[in-house]
Amino acid sequence: MAYSEKVIDHYNNPRNVGTLNKDSKFVGTGLVGAPECGDVMRLQIEVSEDNVITDAKFKTFGCGSAIASSSLATEWLKGKTIDEALSIDNMDIVEELALPPVKIHCSVLAEDAIKSAINDYRVKNGLEAIVLEKSHH
Amino acid sequence: MKQPIYLDNNATTPLDPRVLEAMLPYFTEKFGNAASRNHAFGWVAEEGVDYAREQVAKLIGCTEKEIIFTSGATEADNLAIKGVFEMYKEKGNHIITAVTEHKAVLDTCKHLEKNGARVTYLGVKEDGLIDLAELEAAMTPETILVSIMYGNNEIGVIQPVKEIAAIAHKHGALFMTDATQAVGKIPVDVNADGIDLMAFSAHKMYGPKGVGVLYVRRKNPRVKVTAQMDGGGHERGMRSGTLNVPGIVGLGKACELCRLEMESESIRLSALRDKLESTLNKMEESYVNGNTQHRLPHVANISFKYVEGEGLMMAMSDLAVSSGSACTSASLEPSYVLKSLGLSDDLAHSSIRYGLGRFTTEAEIDQAIAVTEKAVNHLRELSPLWEMFKEGIDLSKIEWAEH
Repeated sequence: MAYSEKVIDHYNNPRNVGTLNKDSKFVGTGLVGAPECGDVMRLQIEVSEDNVITDAKFKTFGCGSAIASSSLATEWLKGKTIDEALSIDNMDIVEELALPPVKIHCSVLAEDAIKSAINDYRVKNGLEAIVLEKSHH
Repeated sequence: MKQPIYLDNNATTPLDPRVLEAMLPYFTEKFGNAASRNHAFGWVAEEGVDYAREQVAKLIGCTEKEIIFTSGATEADNLAIKGVFEMYKEKGNHIITAVTEHKAVLDTCKHLEKNGARVTYLGVKEDGLIDLAELEAAMTPETILVSIMYGNNEIGVIQPVKEIAAIAHKHGALFMTDATQAVGKIPVDVNADGIDLMAFSAHKMYGPKGVGVLYVRRKNPRVKVTAQMDGGGHERGMRSGTLNVPGIVGLGKACELCRLEMESESIRLSALRDKLESTLNKMEESYVNGNTQHRLPHVANISFKYVEGEGLMMAMSDLAVSSGSACTSASLEPSYVLKSLGLSDDLAHSSIRYGLGRFTTEAEIDQAIAVTEKAVNHLRELSPLWEMFKEGIDLSKIEWAEH
């Protein structure tokens, strides 16, 4: 299968690879997927007091599309408010990376990772977790 | 060095230029139909086919009359299993095979189950070999056929065919083997091995695509299969259809070259394979899959834990290899062969198969080692699982979100 140029670019030059301090109350961590399914994404955000995402990092075990989806997600998250981040839809990622149908699950996983990181941050700061639509993939 | 480096010789092999040379006249001036008995065009084509039959027979130690030309190993597998099932249904309806067989065998058996066959699918041990005691225990008076592959396409393990054949014969069943990966690579002798039917194809041994063989024993016992295609009664009535003369001539030449070069070639290839494998196996958390004593000389299957196979292949775009990960398929199921060895899904997802061949050089192997090491290290830097492993976190204790 041929990958799109954008997937290859993110894959070869992944943005924001790394680890934030998961114990900090300003950091939210989302860990989604499962090793036996062939993809695991860990996405972390650092949030300022005025609810803006100042930093985002990821590490992903998975195929090229999974790595590119999470790399793109961190790029998009930086500078966004939590509310803006929550509006990122997996189909935006599909479109931007020109993912083929068999790789849509990678974008769904990235969306899940964003929401799961936000929830981790919220819970840490005494807020209620947002009830997420159960995605099926 | 040519890029990318081709290390997927279990999928197919390049055509040897010497084979091409032998084939060329049969596309043009020697274009006749081998079944045309009344003129020189037909005789010339038939001569080419007869000579090829001798070349094939010599490689596997049989007589020319025992060779049925087909379109490939898949057709040969179908013809053997369906043909035996129909021909011997008076005697019984039980077939024994193994879970690590190629789909050409497994799906043919599944098809026959719908038509009244009872099929036993033997499991394999951790090293990929079947348990002979289990085979013995599965034999019944209704067993008509035991079909176990010679060498496995994914991990290269060689089944104990002689012993399997002896057990089948002791219980009055025929022994069939899909030897697609073995013929031309290691010595295969249908008499010494006790093989009654055997399928293989030309394009795995530097011959052309679209041509293969079903060997059908004629003596001790005389084996018959019911034809699966109706037509002009070619190939002793077992496989109708105008013979693919250029393909058959190419197959014959490919067999001859394999026979003459096998001994030195298998020594050369296993040395290269061992170099590749032992170097890569020195990497942390890398695992060689399958039995390493009884196996084909040109195959290595290695899992690199905490990186995913498809992502790894993308990082190794300078190498043409294959992975046990099936991330591209809708099912998301990794290789059934690796899983049947008891490999966990994540290790199966992390596997790479290297298939060396006649045109593989030592420089290419050195390059393949360097590319693999770099790619694995790069992806591990990106892998949350690798980080957790390094921190001493037990991944099996984590509750992963199902998806």
